[in-house]
Amino acid sequence: MSDSKNTGWSREEMAKKASEEIQDGFSVNLGIGIPTLVANYIPKDMSVMLQSENGLLGMGEFPLDSEIDADLINAGKQTVTVVKGASFFSSAESFAMIRGQHIDLTILGAMEVSKDGDIANWMIPGKMVKGMGGAMDLVASAKKVVVVMQHTDKNGNSKLVDRCSLPLTGVKCVTKVITNLGVFNVEEGKFKTLELAPGVEKAPFN
Amino acid sequence: MNKIIKTATEGIKDVKSGMTLMFGGFGLCGIPELSIEALKESSVKNLTCISNNAGVDGFGLGLLLEKRQIKKMISSYVGENKLFAELFLSGELDVELTPQGTLAEKIRAGGAGIPGFFTATGVGTKIAEGKMHKDFNGRTYILEESLTADFSFIKAKKADTYGNLIFSKTAENFNPIMATAAKTTIAEVEEIVDIGELSPNEVHLPGVYIQKILVSNEFEKRIEQRTTRSLDA
Repeated sequence: MSDSKNTGWSREEMAKKASEEIQDGFSVNLGIGIPTLVANYIPKDMSVMLQSENGLLGMGEFPLDSEIDADLINAGKQTVTVVKGASFFSSAESFAMIRGQHIDLTILGAMEVSKDGDIANWMIPGKMVKGMGGAMDLVASAKKVVVVMQHTDKNGNSKLVDRCSLPLTGVKCVTKVITNLGVFNVEEGKFKTLELAPGVEKAPFN
Repeated sequence: MNKIIKTATEGIKDVKSGMTLMFGGFGLCGIPELSIEALKESSVKNLTCISNNAGVDGFGLGLLLEKRQIKKMISSYVGENKLFAELFLSGELDVELTPQGTLAEKIRAGGAGIPGFFTATGVGTKIAEGKMHKDFNGRTYILEESLTADFSFIKAKKADTYGNLIFSKTAENFNPIMATAAKTTIAEVEEIVDIGELSPNEVHLPGVYIQKILVSNEFEKRIEQRTTRSLDA
């Protein structure tokens, strides 16, 4: 299982799987990386508002070349557009919305998730620290936190662990993890396998 | 009383070395680029800068880093520039990383006369070390203290001559809250109208928070990540 990065679902398939967490009427914050791809798989008949913590509820797709606006970006600093019903607001309002649990679901990436639902995704000791951005606020306060990530690190070690070894972003906050190998619930201090990707017989936990 | 200033240099003339300054913006979106440029041309140094990010090499707060004018950054996400990493790793630059929502609320609270607040953000992490913990309704929160500054430099789309402001899209971000949290706030705007021309209903930020207004049509408004789709996609 050391080469599990090439096993199971692709990034797109993981994003599609994560999109099943979204329900009609939800407000959702998507993190950078695979979580961003989840937007492509939200059913067209669902009314979903994507929140971008820099001050936008109702984020749309990337602009056409002719539509680019330097004043309209997402939290990844990418140029974007808005959907019908969108609104703009300050950073304080944005995080009041998050802290006040008005955002139904946060989907983000991670370096490690523990069986208690702790998450580490903002710093590796000894390496340049770039900061946590809005991740600590999001995991502390979203109604539901789902992690989407590769199952193993570069050395083939499982990123689903007993205890996180890296500095934490939040404690007891992740309820579900979707990896290339499967879908796992965090339940009563254990990872419970809900589904395995095709061809995967067993998913490792460290 | 006339709040309009002619040059960015006029806006920064009372900034002194060692002061604490706030800069609006998220990435390079909605940053007070003219005031930053003017500060770069000045001799002030040992600044404590509060800003969500620290600019990039050659633009935004990256310019003040190049001239070693910043002693300390209070930010949520930094390191989009190589120089920042170098200064940080060599110990020349002090950095206080703060979760983005906590940073926003520290500034909002500072401007609203509230010295601190409890938040669940960061509980159980390095951020909570040394901070007061308190339980409310069975959940643990930490005490975060608010932030204020000597000057805030912000960017808006439109002002009236009293300083009532209208922001543009996501260029709003930290700008309105920073305007409330400093002794003096200088607003850079692209457009100005006479007092009375804005409907009170459309004002995003009341002019009471604004001491000086700089009008210009020379904003570069650099884009950090130019992402597009094509018509056939």
